[in-house]
Amino acid sequence: MTADPAGGTAPAPGEDADGRPSLAVWKFASCDGCQLTVLDCEEELVALAGAVRVSYFLEASTEAGEGPYDLSLVEGSVTTPQDLARIAHVRRVSRRLVTIGACATAGGVQALRNFAEVGDFLSVVYARPDYIATLADSTPVSAHVPVDLELRGCPIDRGQLLEVITAYLAGRSPDVPRHSVCFECKRRGTVCVTVARGVPCLGPVTHAGCGALCPAYGRGCYGCFGPSDSTNFGAFVPLLRRDGMDTLDVVRVLRTFNAAAPEFAAVSRREEAR
Amino acid sequence: MADVPRSAVIGRDGLDSLIRALSARGRTVVGPTVRDGAVVLAELSGGDDLPYGWGVELEAGRYRLVERADGAAFAHSAGPQSWKTFLHPQRERQWTADRDSDGAMTFSQEATPAPSYAFLGVRPCDLRAIAIQDRVLTGGPHEDSNYRSRRERALLVAVECTEPGATCFCVSMGTGPAAGPGYDLALTEVVDGAGHRFLVRAGTAEGASLLDEIPHRTADPGTRAAAESAVTAAADHMGRTMPPVDLQALMRGTLSAERWDDVASRCLTCGNCTMVCPTCFCTTAEDITDLTGDHSERWRRWESCFDLEFTHLPGGPVRATPHSRYRQWATHKLGTWYDQFGSSGCVGCGRCIVWCPVGIDITEEAHALARERDAHAPAEER
Ligand code: SF4
Ligand code: SF4
Ligand code: SF4
Ligand code: SF4
Repeated sequence: MTADPAGGTAPAPGEDADGRPSLAVWKFASCDGCQLTVLDCEEELVALAGAVRVSYFLEASTEAGEGPYDLSLVEGSVTTPQDLARIAHVRRVSRRLVTIGACATAGGVQALRNFAEVGDFLSVVYARPDYIATLADSTPVSAHVPVDLELRGCPIDRGQLLEVITAYLAGRSPDVPRHSVCFECKRRGTVCVTVARGVPCLGPVTHAGCGALCPAYGRGCYGCFGPSDSTNFGAFVPLLRRDGMDTLDVVRVLRTFNAAAPEFAAVSRREEAR
Repeated sequence: MADVPRSAVIGRDGLDSLIRALSARGRTVVGPTVRDGAVVLAELSGGDDLPYGWGVELEAGRYRLVERADGAAFAHSAGPQSWKTFLHPQRERQWTADRDSDGAMTFSQEATPAPSYAFLGVRPCDLRAIAIQDRVLTGGPHEDSNYRSRRERALLVAVECTEPGATCFCVSMGTGPAAGPGYDLALTEVVDGAGHRFLVRAGTAEGASLLDEIPHRTADPGTRAAAESAVTAAADHMGRTMPPVDLQALMRGTLSAERWDDVASRCLTCGNCTMVCPTCFCTTAEDITDLTGDHSERWRRWESCFDLEFTHLPGGPVRATPHSRYRQWATHKLGTWYDQFGSSGCVGCGRCIVWCPVGIDITEEAHALARERDAHAPAEER
């Protein structure tokens, strides 16, 4: 490392003899897809291993380091009493904590339980529900500990993940725009599926980051990056209706990977109560 | 130059040869073609790529391709892109920096020469929009040299409008439907009992020499008259108008109008209007570093005043509300652009109306602001 990994501040606590900062990847309630995105950075993996010391990453290696860690990537939502204790521990041993993916930033698809009685699911799914210790809600990491940065998506975008890591190494702020998917869609030169074909699309209220993938394949965005930083559902829901969605469709499209994101949840509850 | 024609009539074969002649001169020919349910701008490999027989049905927030019996190639308007896609691309590298093992830094700029474009089918409003971006990006003390080199190497083939869309208002903005200055060649498409043909006029020596090179015939009075009346008729068929008032004064005088609250309640702040607008030029800088820390790049990419981060200062965004962001867009296009660049920032192409998912219409907003001002102003001030 020739660059100062800590970006000009005091030496990082987890650095090894080469000055490489330490990286930890943690898993909570999740499908592992975001962690796989880390491993999917094939071309960069060798350079990544040269730039950081991967100290804790059970998906890739069974070797568990001691901590503290310079950079922790956290996948998954908090759903059990054990998770509560573990996320507090992760925060304690992490200099910077970045949540990765819809589960860790919004509660994930498992947050559908937040809209129902979790006890009812337990009795249907498990033979011995009394063996199960679970929380009533699936919650994002930020509901429990301070988070330095949230990366959206189900799964996260590989380019954004590398941006976070390289920005961290260079001591600069990562470039993770929070505007709508439409910005990316127009920059990519995609013909708008809503305007040209009347296809419902969540792009105008969804956080950028995927590069407007779905519209590029002729499909409407289904909001896997969650709400953008400026949503106006009062104007947006009538647009979905114009393009053929009924109340149930609107509730369903908002209740997927980011069902419990506050903006999505508020609108789906309001629609459901209609 | 004496016997080189300044005007002539060509047929479909003439248009095909024009594309071949432009390619033979090493130009990348870009023009309208049908893709994904719209007439988009893309590189043309030949005349067959042109949207013969396709028209468009436009409304606020709605775009549909429709087949046309007359086989016209240029009877469409306001696609999802404009020429800025090519002249002012959405993302471009500015420079790269590398650090060698001794710690010495080397900065380098892109050395690849700008493409030599030929734009076929530049509408009169877009011809003006290009002139406006010229002023913005090369007319001040800090010019965008990449833009300049692409622009200087570009050849413009304008096509006058005979079939304006329901969202067009170039007449109100004084930009069309006849082509103003700035073209190398201008075409007017005529389809009638006498056949499918194009009246061509050369605006520059290169345009004239191209015209000389392709099969053409003398411009006959019948074709001239048909072309002229088609363009005149188009002026009477504008789908939209701006209020016939001083728009700069209207914007300046209505900053606290209630109408801004109304439009803010409808606006998604999605940014589509600024992305499709042929004059919007805003960009942001993007710095990239790699995992070694020894290589970095500076890029610039399109940005919009609808992005909260656009005005982000240590205390937060200056334009935090949708109200202030929509107002910034409309007042910049119609008002403060005059103060900044000496002209309107709107050319009346209607793209922002069509491609706004919820169909917010800048002409309707301007009319509403004018009505609100008039309702409040004493009679003598009107
Ligand atoms: S297709 Fe969707 S994301 Fe793309 S511009 Fe249209 S509404 Fe926005
Ligand atoms: S403001 Fe709208 S109508 Fe005016 S030039 Fe821009 S996109 Fe065209
Ligand atoms: S309207 Fe907005 S995006 Fe367009 S040029 Fe003005 S400030 Fe820039
Ligand atoms: S005016 Fe329309 S296109 Fe522009 S930001 Fe608002 S909703 Fe989006």
